[in-house]
Amino acid sequence: MLAENNGEARILAGGQSLVPMLNFRVARFKCLIDINKIDELAYIRDQGDELRIGALTRYRTIENSPLVAAHAPLLAEVTKWVGHLPIRTRGTIGGSLAHADPAGEYAAALLAMDVDVVLQNRKATRVLKIADFIHGMFTTALEPDELLVEVRIPCAKRSQVFAFDEFARRPGDLAIMGIAVRLDVEDKTINSARVVALGCENGARRIVEAEAVLIGQACDADQIEKAARATENVPAHSDIHATAALRKHLAVVLSRRALTKAMASHRGRVT
Amino acid sequence: MNDRRDIKVVVNGRHIFESVEPRLLLSDFLRQTLGLTGTHVGCEHGVCGACTILFDGHATRSCLMFAVQAHGHAIETIEGLAESGAIHELQQAFMKHHALQCGFCTPGMLVVAYDLLKFSPMLSSHAIREGMSAALCRCTGYWNILKAVEEVANLPERRAAADERPPEIGARPI
Repeated sequence: MLAENNGEARILAGGQSLVPMLNFRVARFKCLIDINKIDELAYIRDQGDELRIGALTRYRTIENSPLVAAHAPLLAEVTKWVGHLPIRTRGTIGGSLAHADPAGEYAAALLAMDVDVVLQNRKATRVLKIADFIHGMFTTALEPDELLVEVRIPCAKRSQVFAFDEFARRPGDLAIMGIAVRLDVEDKTINSARVVALGCENGARRIVEAEAVLIGQACDADQIEKAARATENVPAHSDIHATAALRKHLAVVLSRRALTKAMASHRGRVT
Repeated sequence: MNDRRDIKVVVNGRHIFESVEPRLLLSDFLRQTLGLTGTHVGCEHGVCGACTILFDGHATRSCLMFAVQAHGHAIETIEGLAESGAIHELQQAFMKHHALQCGFCTPGMLVVAYDLLKFSPMLSSHAIREGMSAALCRCTGYWNILKAVEEVANLPERRAAADERPPEIGARPI
């Protein structure tokens, strides 16, 4: 159906972003294709080294999944920050990524976890790194005839710690700024780091300046401070919700908090 | 699109067969087609929570679904929850604590509270605040609403039942 409608059809997954756009008439489509009855797209599977999550898996299922809690703790944590309870009942992981809202928590968290996304059309399947999938604000690598079918998340290793923090006017509202962190720590040294911000210009993005500050360094408060400071030049925009200056300030504060939390959980494991 | 689709839905335990336009929102279907006006429509973009219903047992925004999507599913509205007695304790607590002013948000508040209490046995005040933020009260009567929900959450029989159930998954810090 997608292929037949030549780019004028849209997939309806959870509809928690798409239906408001339709209700406001800011988006119109010749055809909506409801995939909610395709049970084969809703699953969480443990493949040993990765978790495979079907595109139609809902936030609430992910939030309560023991598999996700055990192997993708950052996803479990971040899901609690997504929308409100009734939104999480319905919204899906695939819908969140395909919609690519710059304030979406999942894009940032999944970028920090370096996941793969699986896209499929009638003839072929392709697997993309999340960084290559999300192109910017509301734009992705999806071709008009393609459906996002699966997300593949590398299982968390023992050396990895994660954290997430965000600021919104009210819990559950769209985030003004958020930070997701993944650190690989061995013998008190940070071997690799991902610091990802959401809510910046063009959506989720890695802050490589902050990552560079952390890599190869000891995991202590000084390094956290330096890395947090390195996020203050994150490309931010001003709108009715916040000025660019506030967003940059929040990036620093939230990075400091998230990194502190990540390092505390590392210490908790060592002792 | 002017074509209509036949749908079969269970609403508050009643089997409903209707023919609807595909573009009809579930909230409008409940209110206009079925006359169940207890489900309120506030913002129509999923923010205010006045239209919250139970869809297959889980709190869902009825303004963010189409009626055709309810085909083959079970819905409970505030009318059904009140008639079955499912929210009796919540209603009593809302009355006792004056947890409503104009009453517009109340159906949504009750449905959200019902879902919260049903699926999360051990709720902290913080968890209740966070959960109840799913519905907006334009009279800003939140304090009394939280008091009412907290009272029900802490009823001795609920506490006793909660002790037998495992703690919330995902509650551990990372």
